[in-house]
Amino acid sequence: MSSTHSSRFPWNHLIGFILSIALTLLAVFVKFYTSFSDSIVVWIIGTLAIFQALIQLFMFMHVTEGKEGWINVVNMIYSVFLALVIVFGSIWVLTSGHAAMH
Amino acid sequence: MSLDEFFVTGDPLILGSQIAIGLTMVGLVALITYLKRWKWLWREWFTTVDHKKIGIMYILAGVLMFFRGGVDGLLMKAQTSRPELGFLDAQHYDEIFTTHGVIMILFMAMPLLIGIMNVVVPLQIGARDVAFPKLNALSFWLFFVGAMLFNISFVIGGSPDAGWTSYFPLAGKEFTPGVGNNYYAIALQIAGIGTLATGINFVVTIIKMRAPGMSWMKMPIFTWTSFVTSILIVAAFPIFTVALAFMSLDRLFGTHFFTVAAGGDPMLWLNLFWLWGHPEVYIVVLPAFGMFSEVIATFSRKNLFGYKSMVYAVAGIAFLSMLVWVHHFYTMGNSAAVNSIFSLTTIMIAIPTGVKIFNWLFTMRKGRIEFSNAMLWSLAFIPCFTIGGVTGVMLAMAAADYQYHNTMFLVAHFHYVLIPGVVFAVFAGLYYWWPKMFGFKLNEKIGKWHFWLFVIGFNMTFMPMFFVGLDGMSRRMYTYSESTGWAPWLGFSAVGSVVMAAGFAALCYNIYWSFRYASRDVGSDPWNGRTLEWATASPAPHYNFAVVPEVDRIDDFWYKKKEGKTGIKKSDLKPVHMPSNSWTPIFLGVAFGIVGFFLVFEWFTLAVISSILIVIGLVANSFDYDDGYHIPVDELEEEEREWRGELK
Ligand code: HEM
Ligand SMILES: [Cu+2]
Repeated sequence: MSSTHSSRFPWNHLIGFILSIALTLLAVFVKFYTSFSDSIVVWIIGTLAIFQALIQLFMFMHVTEGKEGWINVVNMIYSVFLALVIVFGSIWVLTSGHAAMH
Repeated sequence: MSLDEFFVTGDPLILGSQIAIGLTMVGLVALITYLKRWKWLWREWFTTVDHKKIGIMYILAGVLMFFRGGVDGLLMKAQTSRPELGFLDAQHYDEIFTTHGVIMILFMAMPLLIGIMNVVVPLQIGARDVAFPKLNALSFWLFFVGAMLFNISFVIGGSPDAGWTSYFPLAGKEFTPGVGNNYYAIALQIAGIGTLATGINFVVTIIKMRAPGMSWMKMPIFTWTSFVTSILIVAAFPIFTVALAFMSLDRLFGTHFFTVAAGGDPMLWLNLFWLWGHPEVYIVVLPAFGMFSEVIATFSRKNLFGYKSMVYAVAGIAFLSMLVWVHHFYTMGNSAAVNSIFSLTTIMIAIPTGVKIFNWLFTMRKGRIEFSNAMLWSLAFIPCFTIGGVTGVMLAMAAADYQYHNTMFLVAHFHYVLIPGVVFAVFAGLYYWWPKMFGFKLNEKIGKWHFWLFVIGFNMTFMPMFFVGLDGMSRRMYTYSESTGWAPWLGFSAVGSVVMAAGFAALCYNIYWSFRYASRDVGSDPWNGRTLEWATASPAPHYNFAVVPEVDRIDDFWYKKKEGKTGIKKSDLKPVHMPSNSWTPIFLGVAFGIVGFFLVFEWFTLAVISSILIVIGLVANSFDYDDGYHIPVDELEEEEREWRGELK
């Protein structure tokens, strides 16, 4: 949370950098060197993308930094939660019950 | 399209309104021209970016819409006051309950609450304006234009007539081919964009612009509820935007999102509508809770009982309110699992709500209660709203709701939550903050007439609806036969609505009387308030605070008064940076209105051509390099001296 790491070695940045390169290479590897079906490849790459985004947000964009950085985190978690509720809630509501019978 | 298709014809009531509207417009224009007030209107109001003036315009528009929605209500009550009356036919009755519902929720409750938020929130947090003043003005003009577009429907083209919920398939082109329901889709879309921008504006304002020292748990409770409401707006309104866009596409361009014909699903509309609609009812009720909290604490001369639990309760209500939408259509035939889960989440909302009720009661306990008008409204709110809440829990039980759904019982329920929860709150808020807006109080004696007539009339009007509802009267019935036995109930209810209207008339008279005769000598802090809005002059100066206040604790101003530390030092005065007026918000508003009007009538060429106006407005806005202006120190000093006396 503190923004005074200028004097210390930027471990965060180094780890973040290595991880983001590794994730990118992994995505390339999955596409070119495995024989998974296309849809599985898309799922894997999508999952990797989420991790990639998290690394960028925390290690480079410092979402948690600053006096009120936690607001960004709460905001993102709540947004994701709402998106899930809206999408999967709607699907559940509209496909169960009488709608499921035909 | 011929002219008599364009104007609605054939009904003496509507002809009368057309003539009245025409005459009023001509009269207004003539009056303003005669008084040479155009320049003044343009400079002081139409182009203003001052949050207080924008708030006052919202309030004015809200009161006007209350009148329109109220007349709709009275017409419906007149029609059902006796069995088999022919005052309104079925079609006309449908149009009236539709416009009544939409206007009351979106164009009465929303602007009145957002108006009070606009006036009060920046003052309560010690800010000089909202975060984006020009966007704020744009929000107002989009709302206003949307409201006006919706309002002209009944004289030009025809009213929407599918209910404020506009359920498909009825709201689809196949069953309602006229332009009426286009008005619904387009006008609400325009107003909705404005509301969404307001939500964003207040989230940023409250996060970023609080006075130094005002940490989250030192924020006044009304600011808290406004903050949570703004978050709900940002979360819920986009859903409505999407739903309305689908509706527009279905109606205007023949897509099938909500019609079964090409694989669409009408239930998708209900689902999206209530995903927005239920949070929407909390968007209107949460700021109201905040107002009652402020008023009750002030007039009990005590700090708010359980402030922290209040904050958590508000957050809890907001969180749950996104998880309950299906309780509006249990009867669509969901699986037992769906109905049970949504029953549970709905009933859970009653818990934080109950916490709030007890907090209000404990705030008053052993307080030195002063029965001012604002306080009276808060006192009446508690029992009336509790009736609404308890019947809500009854409705929330899915199995039981198969009996209550779409009966007058439901109608009574939501009026018992919305009228005490929103209208009483707005009245309390108006009496309370009126001096801050205008520098004088509303008359307390006329206010008592307003209070008693309205509260008694309200209960007379809506209490009988519970009973006819349980007796099987479904909602939206335009007439009924003698043999039902409902005539005495409904007759009584109709009388009640007239009493309530008399209460509203008393309010209007009170406003008129107080503008003319009320004492202008009320000081800056007429109620012995606790929060920062009372730390500056009444009416608040355009820069709000000459010196930005510092805050050490909750109700800081209250303690500073006791310590005699409310003054400011001459040496602390610095030039104040203020935003300049702008013509782009009103221009964009009007442009949206014109494009919207053409879309309603499906005159697409004209719509495309006139949307150039919107582009012009946006471009002009982007090239606006005006950075505002500074108020020099001596001007500040002079204004402050007027009410504080000589500065040290
Ligand atoms: C204790 C809290 C509450 C509960 C448990 C509750 C429950 C319900 C339920 C289950 C319904 C649907 C009934 C049906 O269609 O058969 C309903 C309708 C409604 N409620 Fe509430 N409610 C509560 C508070 C509120 C509040 C605070 C408001 C607004 C400020 C509100 C406004 C409405 C409206 C407008 C409708 C009717 C919508 C329509 O179909 O036109 N309710 N309520
Ligand atoms: Cu609801």
